[in-house]
Amino acid sequence: MQVEIRYFAWLRERVGTASEQVETQAATVADLIEELRRRDEGYALAFSDTKSIRAALDQTLVDLDAPLAGAREVAFFPPMTGG
Amino acid sequence: MSIRVQSDAFDMGRELNDFAARVAGAGAVVSFTGITRDLGDGDLVVMEIEHYPGMTETALAAIRDQAMARFSLADAMILHRYGALAAADPIMMVATAARHRADAFAAAEFLMDYLKSRAPFWKKEVTAQGAAWVEARAEDEDALARWSPGADQG
Repeated sequence: MQVEIRYFAWLRERVGTASEQVETQAATVADLIEELRRRDEGYALAFSDTKSIRAALDQTLVDLDAPLAGAREVAFFPPMTGG
Repeated sequence: MSIRVQSDAFDMGRELNDFAARVAGAGAVVSFTGITRDLGDGDLVVMEIEHYPGMTETALAAIRDQAMARFSLADAMILHRYGALAAADPIMMVATAARHRADAFAAAEFLMDYLKSRAPFWKKEVTAQGAAWVEARAEDEDALARWSPGADQG
């Protein structure tokens, strides 16, 4: 399936793009991370520590083991620091 | 407007007066304003705040809805800036109105605790030495635990 991936904060800086269209067979968010990690060193570095990665599916925060289940927009970002 | 996400500066006094006028008769109004810290030596050149347009508004509205459901409130508002901020600039504010102060105070803390760890904002500090993303603090995540079912507060 086709998903739009969006990156924020230092994840965006490390992968070098704010968003991209990706064709994936990943079943879960964690599987998608694994696919991305295998791409190149930049992605491997960006996703090296999954403890410091948060994800959202269609703009709703989810756990990394969440199924992609037809989501159109996947977002990856570090822990939030608002306020 | 109960939820506002904007790059423009705001006047916290005016915002609070406007909010208080909307909830005239509530009895208690509590507000919190977050202000860009000086890092010492007047070092901060700029604070850049990135956010996730769309999700930000949805997340803030959900946090406000939870507060309205959980506490006995007349109203609650959240205002948060993004973009480039200077030292001593107001970053964000929350205000709550209730019949009695306990609900207004507790709801303001609830809004802040959730907003810090659950609303998609990221701060980057730019100083003369370079730029660095602000790291999330474990205490901010821990602060959420007191609002979970079974905790003796809230």
